[in-house]
Amino acid sequence: MTITTDRIRTARGAECAVRSFGDPADPPVLYLHWAPGPLGDDEFLGHLAAAGYRVCAPEHPGYGTSTGEELLEDMLDFALHGWDVADALGFDEVVLVGHSMGGMIAAEMTALCPGRTTALVLVAPNGLWNDDRPVLDLFSLLPFQFAEVLFADQAAGAALLTGGVDFDDMDALAEFFIGNARRLGTAGKILFPIPNRRVAKRLYRVTSPTLIAWGDADRYIDPSYAEEWAALIAGASVERLPGAGHMVPFERPGELASAVQRFLTRS
Amino acid sequence: MRFTWFNLMPWPHLPDDFREKNRSVWVDIDSRLFDPARANTMYHEYMDQLEYADSVGFDGIGVNEHHQNGYGLMPSPNIIAASLARRTSRAAICVIGNSIALYNPPIRVAEEFAMLDCISGGRLVAGFPVGTPMDTNFCYGQIPALTRDKYAEAHELIIKAWTTPEPFAFDGKYNQLRYVNCWPRPIQHPHPPIYIPGGGSIETWDFCLDNDYNYSYLSFTGYLRGKSLLDGYWERVAARGKDDSPYRAAFAQVICVADTDAEAEKLYAEHILYFYNRCLHVYPGFADPPGYRTINTLRAGATNQLTARAMRSFESLTWKDLVEGGHVIAGSPATVRDRMTDMIKGLHIGHVFCLLHTGNQPDWKTRYSTELFATQVMPELRDIWPEYAGDDRWWIKPLEDRVDPTSRSPLNPAEVPEVLR
Repeated sequence: MTITTDRIRTARGAECAVRSFGDPADPPVLYLHWAPGPLGDDEFLGHLAAAGYRVCAPEHPGYGTSTGEELLEDMLDFALHGWDVADALGFDEVVLVGHSMGGMIAAEMTALCPGRTTALVLVAPNGLWNDDRPVLDLFSLLPFQFAEVLFADQAAGAALLTGGVDFDDMDALAEFFIGNARRLGTAGKILFPIPNRRVAKRLYRVTSPTLIAWGDADRYIDPSYAEEWAALIAGASVERLPGAGHMVPFERPGELASAVQRFLTRS
Repeated sequence: MRFTWFNLMPWPHLPDDFREKNRSVWVDIDSRLFDPARANTMYHEYMDQLEYADSVGFDGIGVNEHHQNGYGLMPSPNIIAASLARRTSRAAICVIGNSIALYNPPIRVAEEFAMLDCISGGRLVAGFPVGTPMDTNFCYGQIPALTRDKYAEAHELIIKAWTTPEPFAFDGKYNQLRYVNCWPRPIQHPHPPIYIPGGGSIETWDFCLDNDYNYSYLSFTGYLRGKSLLDGYWERVAARGKDDSPYRAAFAQVICVADTDAEAEKLYAEHILYFYNRCLHVYPGFADPPGYRTINTLRAGATNQLTARAMRSFESLTWKDLVEGGHVIAGSPATVRDRMTDMIKGLHIGHVFCLLHTGNQPDWKTRYSTELFATQVMPELRDIWPEYAGDDRWWIKPLEDRVDPTSRSPLNPAEVPEVLR
């Protein structure tokens, strides 16, 4: 699978790296990543592309080489930025796939412009809150706790999160912390202190076919939130991935891609 | 030199196994450890001590703001300050300060500080901290990456409210007010001296220099570790072409005075260790949420005093470590004088926030230490900066004929018409 990376500039002025998978002539899928960044998604996105989609995965401002995070302050900014990216890529209508924080953004985008989303896939999305099942506080986790909370396979998770950084190298370690502060600092604008920006009251506007996918071993957001999302979006269906933690695209790339493909085929 | 007597107001009854049984003294500390009936005694004791410090000649008496914190029981320092304004008549009342990004709308700070300045006759020092991550982000829910922006807007609003004679509209990002019209207004003109407590953000240095505010480095790590940070500040002062008056900077220092060095250890070690080993037991996950510090500050390598590593190191420190490391200045009046001189000259500061009550130190020891400091240390240090004598740019300008509430009778018979007397 060929993966190309382009830089786009949105009308607002943010500059984002976009990784693209598959044939440009295929119907477009816009994939939005989770709070820690675009990590370990390639296999899942490759499967989707192989199934006949042009998959574009933009990096949010504040991540990697993407800039313009100072332009994004609240949920509306993040959602409009998503459409600005689609505009810059020349997509009028699009399949939106979002994981975790990316799912929260995809849901808000669709509530804003329901006519532009042909299908919506939310993988363990942030955005709802129930006092009985609090979403874990990502912002007070210590570095070594991330893998434990977010991955079913903690060793694989730890390796992915650190991206091969040698933590005995102080310079590399400092760069890692600075990058992390920038990424999660940006994410905090829509996730801190409680990852609920009231999308629930706007979900009645979502009219596209919707799939909610969730790993049933998710320790970050309780898998029972899947039913809450499904109850708020007319006609949404739920797909459970047994044994998967929060990082479903990394942990179950093939299964998730198949579930998405089945959903897109039937819708 | 100026000396402010400062009390953090720690809870003095944390159990011996506090560290083992609790993950943090701050944010999610077990509320069952707090006993309101014992707090009745505690608050009065601490407020008595602040009044005592005024009576023995300290230039200022200081309070600060913390939330959900076992070592800082002043969620509202203004309540304590209001009482001090009525029970003292001389010392500056240093509120260091109000976390202005947390007040909604922040005009509340302009109003309450103006009240304090009026009640005290112009004795208020107004502190505007950005606030710690524990207080600001985890307890009060502010978004880390937007905290500084919100702080900057609150500052702009408060200063404008104090200095604009006409009602005005304020169209801020975080505060929209159609009619801003601060009543009452502060006695001190154009406003009370402003102190910015900081922990090492380089943006804070520039903010102080842009506005000519005092920069107060408040840490518990002491003067030896404070040196590199203050050196950085003074380099910045020079680079910005400002004069190097030591009154631009203040520093907080834990101090214990006794007859001899040995007596200091005997009297104060257990209370100092209570503070460093128990009160500073903060869960590291609360100390530095992503986005709180700017990327520039992170790149500059300025370290937060409450980083995980720093906090862990507090917990194993001994009296010897703390005294030798300069966290604590302790000993006979002569020893304390010498070390204070090193500190004041080394850091080039004109103002010390003296932490003379620490941890669970009982009242009598606190007064003993305070009195020895006031009578045998402070006088010897007064004139360290003769070349800056009279530099009161960062100091209060009280009314000369202000009310002395401590000698005021509730009724002046002379004002009552004769027929009713």
